Amino acid sequence: MERNNQLHRQVALMRQSLFDQGYLDEQFVQLEELQDDTNPNFVEEVVTLYYRDSARLVASIEQALDNRPLDFNRLDSYMHQFKGSSSSIGGRKVKAECSQFREYCRTGNGEGCIRTFQQVKREYATLRKKLEAYFQLARQAGPRDTASRST
Amino acid sequence: MTVEDGGTDRFPAGMRVLAVDDDPTCLKVLENLLRSCQYQVTTTNQAIMALKMLRENRDKFDLVISDVNMPDMDGFKLLELVGLEMDLPVIMLSAYGDPKLVMKGITHGACDYLLKPVRMEELKNIWQHVIRRKKSNTKNQSQLPNQDKDNNESGQGALGAITIANPDGKLNKRRKDQNEEEEEEDGEENENENEDPSSQKKPRVVWSVDLHRKFVSAVNQLGLEKAVPKKILDLMDVEGLTRENVASHLQKYRLYLKRISTVASQQANIVAAFGAKDPSYMRMTALNGFGDFQTLAGSGRFSGTSLYPQGIMLGRLNSPAGLGLQGIVTSGPVQPSHLQNVSKSINSLGKLQPNPSPANQNTSLLQPNQSKPGPHIRDITKFDNPTSLKISPITDNRATASTYSKPRHGIPSSHLFLQGNPQQTRSGDEFGIQSSFGAVSLQSETLDVGAAGGCNFIDKSRCNENWHGAVQLPQLPSANPTQLTVPFNCSQVTPTNMTEKFTLPTTFIRNSPNDISASPVPSALGDSRGDMQCQAGLLGNVVPNVNFTSSKSRWEDHNQNYQHFNHGFGTFDSVFPANGDINSLIHNMGSVSSVRSGSVDAPFADQSNSANAPLYQQAEVGKSASMEANIRSIENYLLGQTKFQDGFMPNGFESLDELMDGMIKQEPNEAMLTNGDFSLGTYSVESCM
Repeated sequence: MERNNQLHRQVALMRQSLFDQGYLDEQFVQLEELQDDTNPNFVEEVVTLYYRDSARLVASIEQALDNRPLDFNRLDSYMHQFKGSSSSIGGRKVKAECSQFREYCRTGNGEGCIRTFQQVKREYATLRKKLEAYFQLARQAGPRDTASRST
Repeated sequence: MTVEDGGTDRFPAGMRVLAVDDDPTCLKVLENLLRSCQYQVTTTNQAIMALKMLRENRDKFDLVISDVNMPDMDGFKLLELVGLEMDLPVIMLSAYGDPKLVMKGITHGACDYLLKPVRMEELKNIWQHVIRRKKSNTKNQSQLPNQDKDNNESGQGALGAITIANPDGKLNKRRKDQNEEEEEEDGEENENENEDPSSQKKPRVVWSVDLHRKFVSAVNQLGLEKAVPKKILDLMDVEGLTRENVASHLQKYRLYLKRISTVASQQANIVAAFGAKDPSYMRMTALNGFGDFQTLAGSGRFSGTSLYPQGIMLGRLNSPAGLGLQGIVTSGPVQPSHLQNVSKSINSLGKLQPNPSPANQNTSLLQPNQSKPGPHIRDITKFDNPTSLKISPITDNRATASTYSKPRHGIPSSHLFLQGNPQQTRSGDEFGIQSSFGAVSLQSETLDVGAAGGCNFIDKSRCNENWHGAVQLPQLPSANPTQLTVPFNCSQVTPTNMTEKFTLPTTFIRNSPNDISASPVPSALGDSRGDMQCQAGLLGNVVPNVNFTSSKSRWEDHNQNYQHFNHGFGTFDSVFPANGDINSLIHNMGSVSSVRSGSVDAPFADQSNSANAPLYQQAEVGKSASMEANIRSIENYLLGQTKFQDGFMPNGFESLDELMDGMIKQEPNEAMLTNGDFSLGTYSVESCM
């Protein structure tokens, strides 16, 4: 029990830090709120889905960035989708980088796009790692560990 | 549990929502959010699938939430289509919060626009849109006091005498539904389709072609400005029809006309360009009117091509190569932008293949960028398969529009579609789509299609309203090519049967004197018509025909013709002498040009079944310039439709509706196109998808 409490506490802390550090935003909370007994792993499922689906988007963008000349419209369109997805899971930093990228697209700044995309990827990967760690810990702590948020 | 049962007690719990988003992550989140609000959720990541589901059973859902950016179909298009066909509230979702997009959503008829990521709080309140809409509908339909607040507003008076004259269709609607403060889908007028609001069970009024025809003739008799629901009701003398029904229908009609007029002028240009080909594309003129259509159509979904008619027409105009578009092109003025849209859509439609004699004069429309419309139109031509029913492209799409055939309208399915006007209308080419709309400016040739087709497609569901009049091409007896009437029956979709001939109002087409060959459609229609018909998508095809009557004058001429044709809108016969006579019809039209009264209607439509009111379009065409605009819109519709070839029957429908409205509005004058039935509008060709 004690151990459990401790785990729970850890999970809570980890979670909090994700928010504090800006990796996650409010939307994540919404997801958490949707998770309940009938849907116990909802958040993790959504995140998994996100990473799976956005992988191809990332690949598309990468490929498009290799083309010359750069097709900004296309890039913007991909990024729009990517941004939408990312915002749905609450990926704040990723989302911010996406916005930046789109801004560069808008102004036709190829260099800026390429550079920003690297950052997008970085944030994307970082978030994934953090979330994975978080979920793992949450699983260890047992169900209802972070249940407090719903309240 | 459905609200319809009057079981509003449970509402909003159990509200049935259809969620559409291509992004799986977002969709999943949305689904869960909605479920947690206790709604019943159905999801799909394809717009096409969504449309299909909706068409299968419109009553299965209360609300639709859709993403804006989707690969298979533009969210706005979907929006328009749904609004046109099913009159369901649609909420747009997007990660973009750009005011322009929001505005677009509004004009296309969205009842709300949410930004992603969506939050629970926002979703908790979406049920209000359903109630609101129902109330509006209820109000329209009957004066039941149920709608408490609505009633007040709509006022009995308000309902009735809404001066739709308002340039802003939306306003009208608004006035009518006072309770709808927000933009509520203006576009989605409360059609008479009364989706019976939950609160009270109003019998839904189906505006069949005949009914619409009557309505139009009543309105024409009274004069558009003076047309008040009460009088119209009296004139129509139809049992079971209430003033509210008429009022609501009138409003839509006005909007439609308005829209058409803008489009028509554009289209006229285009049509002129098209000249020979497909008068059906009269709709093209509607291109300009796209904007209007949007509003008209209620859901303006037609993003971009809001003019369904245009697109539609274009699309449909089978091969007539320019189905109207051609003509339209010439007019040049056709708003290129619209055309562009249209053409784009058209292209997609099926590329109406330019008729053998494509270039008919106006082929310019169809032709690659001819006067602006060109580019668009060109697409249209693409649509058209040289095959006889030129509408074929549309028809294909149309096939999808099969839903169109919904009997709802009462249109015998032959709606219209104008298309047909494949190629040269005269030559009897398959005029298939004579889309009457297009006719407006469409050169008499292939005009038909556009309008008609468009209408058909546009709103299958709308058929209730039967604006079809115009579009519904009465089933022309046979393929006589000459027959302009392209009965675009949606139901008929069988490509081979196009016999329905859409007698496209080829008359519209261009007034070009005698060129009214628009009729060739008949024959063509026969075969492809089948496709055309409903193919809601066809509309798109037809659109090409939309005669972009680029020049208003054309319209005027057409208008005159229309009047001439007004014979009775209902019977096509009068107008299109079943086969072969079309030429004479056209001829008449030419002479009628002085008639100008847009009353062209009638003959087209009813040829075989009252359903085809495609003539309406024509009639409207009479309105002259305004008609052109209508055509444009029609064309846009068509174009839009064409776009859908893939099966989206997208917006085209809406535009048709709009076209119709536009057309109808063309000039309140004379008889307002007696056939006002712009069934076009209702052509939800797309539904066929």
